[in-house]
Amino acid sequence: MKTLKNISFWLLLVVIAGAAIVPIAQGNVSMREDAFFILMLVILASSTNIIMGYTGYVSFGHIVYFGTGGYVAFYLMQTFQWHFVLAALIGGFAASLLAFLLGNAVLRLRGAYFALSTIGINEAVRAFVSNFEPFGGSIGMFFNFSMYDAYGGAKNAGQYAYYAMVVLALATIAASFLIKKSKFGLGLMSIREDQDASMVLGINPPRMKVITYTISAFFPAIAGAIFFFKNGLIEPGPAFELHRSVEALVMVMLGGFGTVTGPIVGAVVYERLRAFLITSETFSNFHLVIAGALLLLIVLFVPAGLVGWLRLRFAAVRRFLE
Amino acid sequence: MNIEALIASTVDGLMLGFVFGLMAMGLTLIFGVMKVINLGHGPVIAIGMFAVLVMSQSLGINPYLTLPVIIVLGILTGVVMYFVALHRVINSPELTTLLATFSVNMMITGLMTVIFSTSPRGLDVTLGSLQFGRVTILGTRVAAVVIAVVVTVALYFFLYRTRQGKSIRAVANNRGAAELMGINSSWVLGLSFGIGTMLAMISGMLLATMFSFTVLTGNALETKSFVIVVLGGLGNPTGALFGGIIIGLLESITTIFIPVSWVPVLEFVVFIMILLVRPNGIFGARSS
Repeated sequence: MKTLKNISFWLLLVVIAGAAIVPIAQGNVSMREDAFFILMLVILASSTNIIMGYTGYVSFGHIVYFGTGGYVAFYLMQTFQWHFVLAALIGGFAASLLAFLLGNAVLRLRGAYFALSTIGINEAVRAFVSNFEPFGGSIGMFFNFSMYDAYGGAKNAGQYAYYAMVVLALATIAASFLIKKSKFGLGLMSIREDQDASMVLGINPPRMKVITYTISAFFPAIAGAIFFFKNGLIEPGPAFELHRSVEALVMVMLGGFGTVTGPIVGAVVYERLRAFLITSETFSNFHLVIAGALLLLIVLFVPAGLVGWLRLRFAAVRRFLE
Repeated sequence: MNIEALIASTVDGLMLGFVFGLMAMGLTLIFGVMKVINLGHGPVIAIGMFAVLVMSQSLGINPYLTLPVIIVLGILTGVVMYFVALHRVINSPELTTLLATFSVNMMITGLMTVIFSTSPRGLDVTLGSLQFGRVTILGTRVAAVVIAVVVTVALYFFLYRTRQGKSIRAVANNRGAAELMGINSSWVLGLSFGIGTMLAMISGMLLATMFSFTVLTGNALETKSFVIVVLGGLGNPTGALFGGIIIGLLESITTIFIPVSWVPVLEFVVFIMILLVRPNGIFGARSS
């Protein structure tokens, strides 16, 4: 655990925690809402990056775990009145279990076949949940307002959800950092560069990929649990929205594929840009067009992403920016 | 169990299947030639739908007579898409090409939403119907099948009998060797992308004569195309045609036995199973 002595590891966590405290310290609720959403995107992007950036397996439908975690936790809270934290953790483990089972099968596929199968999994689960009566079918589920009384009313529950999201974001970033800097992470990156060569060197790609996939499903699942707890309403459409999972890929590319800070930077920049475009009078209609053009420019001209580009360009940056 | 209902839905599914097959053929042709999964496939289908809508409603042209315009528009759109978004990254790993084509998807979807909004539209086409006992066949479906078959035959003629088509197959087979034989691979790749896009647009045009649609319908059809393409084997146009027919039949026949909302579950489970067990498609060679 040499990483725990690494100064940039602690610095990164302190910066994120510091930024997350600002809305609370100022008592600014609308700012807190923005920060809540950005933190959620950071979690989605970072966890996508754990599987995609380190092993090179493009999970297009990673949002399936966000939805699964959200649904399982929501069901436990609504039907059995379980406490939110416990329900969220169970939701996380349920999604990880699903990822473990599916991963054993689909991670054998390579490249485009894997990407297609993740889209298929998301669509299959979405279609299934839309028909699954205990989860409310296509209508979904909603909380009785009194449910929030256990957490000191809806207003406090919002605050509570925010803290949970901050803690989860820190945990995701820490996990991402620890994996990247460990021997395990080194193995993953050798799979990314050349799977066959890594096998010759004594690495067990199937096992390592499944473990990584299982870990990367855990965080978005809890994010889903927190998001829908605060939302008070869960429906198949928003829970398994393929578009959001592709947005997470865009954030990873924007910030820098395979870096720890990249997905964070990518999520913040993407969300701020989107918010600016949507609220701007001239661009509001064209926000999707502009976001698409931006993505294309990055893919074509800056494939390493913002952080990746800085790391390539300036050797000094490589020492502290992971 | 009503035998007539079974016949009716079999005929219906079979006819729909040809159009689905044509739609998926565009996707599979592009993958076969350049190993790119075109995530911009859906919006192109939508362009086909709205092109017919605009031409028939504003200019009063019969929807079926717009076919030549759709063909030219399709090839042009595809060639432009290829040279703008893909040419620079054609040799990059699949993530790059997936994202490049997805960015095209975002741009087209965004632009079409601005122009047409997302409210549902429909074409008013009636071509009468044929009656066999209690089985009714709609004229619009017959016309769609005829066009789909003609386009498919023309495509095969082009690929196997013309010089351009042969160079497309050569590049698909081995790009390096084709270049050594003096084939301009950039142009061939652009042309293949154009043809793939054209097929998507024609299928969009045909689907527009059968169902109501929105700007976002294309993206739902894109996921359906993935299922069909995988069923028939990625990169195999004939397989795509059969895959389309299987999905068309599956969609219409299973609704007799199970509720409509369960059909997508079945479809995607079949999709994942086939990817796992027969990644080369049910007609392809068994993978090693």
